Amino acid sequence: MNGEGWRFARRAFGLLLFALLLALIVRATTSARLERADVVFANGAEVASLDPQAVSGIPEGRVMIALYEGLTTRHPETLEPRPGVAESWDVAPDGLRITFRLRANARWSNGDPLTAQDFEWSWRRLVAPETAAPYASFLKSVKGFRALDERTFEVDFPTPVPHFLHLTSFHPLFPLHRATIESARQRFPDAWTVAWMRPGVLVTNGPFRLAARRINDRLRLVKNPFYWDERAVSMETIDVLALDHLGTLLNLYLTGEVDWIERVPPLAVTRLRGRADFHLTPSLGTYFYRVNTTRPPFDDVRVRRALALAIDRRAICEKIARKGERPAFAFTPPNLAGYEPPELEHAPLEADLSNWDRAFEADCARARELLSEAGFGPQDRPFPRFELHYSTSELHRDVAEVVADGWRTHLWLDVAFFNQESKVYIETQRSLGYDVSRSSWFADYPDASSFLEVFLSGGENNRTGWSNARYDELVRSAAREANPETRLAELGAAERILLDELPLLPVFGYVTQNLVHPRLAGFFENALDEHSPKTWRWKTEEELAAERARPR
Amino acid sequence: MRRFLLRRLAWFALTLWAVVTVSFVLMRSVRGGPFSAERSLPMEVEASLRARYHLDWPLWKQYLAYLGPLELGPRAPTFLGGDGSDPFGGVLAGDLGPSYKYRDFTVNDVLAQSLPISLALGSVSLFFAVGLGVASGIVSALRRGGFLDFALRLLATLGIALPNFVVASLAILLFAITFPVFPVAGWGSLRHLVLPGLALGAPFAAYVSRLTRTGLVEVLSQDYVRTAVAKGLPPWLVLWRHALPAGCLPVLTYLGPATAGILTGSLVIERIFAIPGTGSHFVNSALNRDYTLCMGVTILYTVLVYALNTLVDLVSTWLDPRLSLEEA
Repeated sequence: MNGEGWRFARRAFGLLLFALLLALIVRATTSARLERADVVFANGAEVASLDPQAVSGIPEGRVMIALYEGLTTRHPETLEPRPGVAESWDVAPDGLRITFRLRANARWSNGDPLTAQDFEWSWRRLVAPETAAPYASFLKSVKGFRALDERTFEVDFPTPVPHFLHLTSFHPLFPLHRATIESARQRFPDAWTVAWMRPGVLVTNGPFRLAARRINDRLRLVKNPFYWDERAVSMETIDVLALDHLGTLLNLYLTGEVDWIERVPPLAVTRLRGRADFHLTPSLGTYFYRVNTTRPPFDDVRVRRALALAIDRRAICEKIARKGERPAFAFTPPNLAGYEPPELEHAPLEADLSNWDRAFEADCARARELLSEAGFGPQDRPFPRFELHYSTSELHRDVAEVVADGWRTHLWLDVAFFNQESKVYIETQRSLGYDVSRSSWFADYPDASSFLEVFLSGGENNRTGWSNARYDELVRSAAREANPETRLAELGAAERILLDELPLLPVFGYVTQNLVHPRLAGFFENALDEHSPKTWRWKTEEELAAERARPR
Repeated sequence: MRRFLLRRLAWFALTLWAVVTVSFVLMRSVRGGPFSAERSLPMEVEASLRARYHLDWPLWKQYLAYLGPLELGPRAPTFLGGDGSDPFGGVLAGDLGPSYKYRDFTVNDVLAQSLPISLALGSVSLFFAVGLGVASGIVSALRRGGFLDFALRLLATLGIALPNFVVASLAILLFAITFPVFPVAGWGSLRHLVLPGLALGAPFAAYVSRLTRTGLVEVLSQDYVRTAVAKGLPPWLVLWRHALPAGCLPVLTYLGPATAGILTGSLVIERIFAIPGTGSHFVNSALNRDYTLCMGVTILYTVLVYALNTLVDLVSTWLDPRLSLEEA
């Protein structure tokens, strides 16, 4: 080949490479193309799994109630249990047996009938140790369960479990499609246990089914034509975005690409607050500090009480959290139906906190008294230097600064900071390697027991070294109590002990922060921040006009 | 040439083994595990999860199992004659294992989904980086000391100094919100590529520009270039055929590792533009203690850097006959 030929070949090769590269770019971008879904929402980080028995977070819960349905479902606003796959149920007079009657038209997303045997198999899978389900303990309070026939499912209890219908509305007790899981295991034995969750393979029983999934991008859900209440579902397609950059979320919402975002950048809150599409609702979550009760001087309850009193909760709520959070003086939030949480002893406050400064001053004076009773003070022995432990986050750092500042100025304590990356921070808490450590807790279901069980002696979420036999007894006996009033009274008495002993220092109650498209109807605010897309629909022009005509 | 490649391959195997070993030890010596969370799992649940992924084995055994299939008995992968109930084939079999964080996926799945996206975005950024960088570098070198040179160098310094999230935010503000030409974020069409491509490529373009300028300035004063000009060749031909190939050598050397960096994505750009690429896995897998995914991206990066460096060496000798592969 002569020089010309070589040059030509080289050029042709270069062009070919370039064309290949171009083809790759076009393919990688456009193969991902999906038409915009009817409704798009952002759901925080990527969901851990689509196996309802394997997950425990709030984002996961939102996907689960779209894909699956339990024997009961939660009312989208009040969260009360309503019929789901079960059209009715009978509770035996002694409360020791619930018999569920399943719908005749309950079906899976592939058309298979959904039977009581499916529930029996799924619940057995939940408690099997190899499933490693975080909520396997849900069935600990159950003596036995069985399918009597295709449509009758019976659950027996050793003692009554009044909140059991809340549990059947929660994803660990949702049914799984046995044939898919078993055949996937046979067909792809090499693919761990995950092949049955692929789009096109996954069979579910909820209002929607899975159409596509890409990690860190989205889940595409489409309406399930076999869903028993299919006519009530108005959205055909839903995109669930896995996105957690707050600025990006807001940009996408403001440019109309996303219809609902569940968190907003803290700096934007002030400007968003007046908007009609911005909803702030108290949630079932509490921000608090754990105190290591095994380490002196924190083994002295007077010290813990002093620390709890000298926290400027209003400053934290108004200057740092800034989303309408309420100061917390109890572990349980105030919005649990029927339950009046006791409070840790503190100076009385007006409902609008107008007398905060005076009350806080009184509390700090009381705290100083408590410390000197415990033998610490300017004249007595000095309080040892200690550390305020928190995981890496701007919010936690800022809150810690206000708390430490309060203890320094009002109690003259020597407080240092101890910041750790979040996984290391958990290890430190577990091994009780801290003095005072920041924490939070969110309820699984709207009941005080979902909070109070945390501090049972030796529980894996206790992490304070605190234990109290009377407390354990009250919480356990409440779990067995059939009479709702007695039950709540027992829980209240237990929390009273908790707030007198104070292995934890409550700080504030979380709020949910939803920016929701004003045209989206059937979206309800609730304390669990759970939103079933089953009820969503777009408002018509007439409805919007009527809304505009109404004075706000 | 063949000897060169063989030698490179041998070194590659050794490097990869060293990288895998060191990362494995480092990863496992960090406190906290893949299943610890603020809401702790019940003890027995965590224990059975650890057993599922063999995290309860002694570390040396886990290491050997990670490298290759330790289990050769009845539970081995099917391609080794087992029943597949312990399906992990090991790195040597090309199996990077299950992800602990993305429980529905294997590491191979995660990379197969995200790598093409990062490659596409990276190619566009590379195109910006090389195109803008070389062009402005040439102009700078030719107009040395002039106003244009000054302006371009200032821009390049800014490009290096500004972190890419600032460039990204400015680009979004300007081209997606003030003038809504491009989408603010997302993935799915060529239009989604432009802003992140630009933001990711900008610092690299700035670097390339400075390297090109320096390289060219040096080459332009050399005898062979003066000879070419004296021969009466038109200036563009002198530049294209004589000055540029030699003047671009520093750029090329830089582009090797830089390309590996660009192609594997960037955590910041991916988060701001909501792009499901590999970049985020580099950071998040370590934070999540997703041991296998973290090892997976480390191996991927090692392979890319090594391959691209080898490619750069090959191209360098082709561009500059004074270099030889035997010394490389």
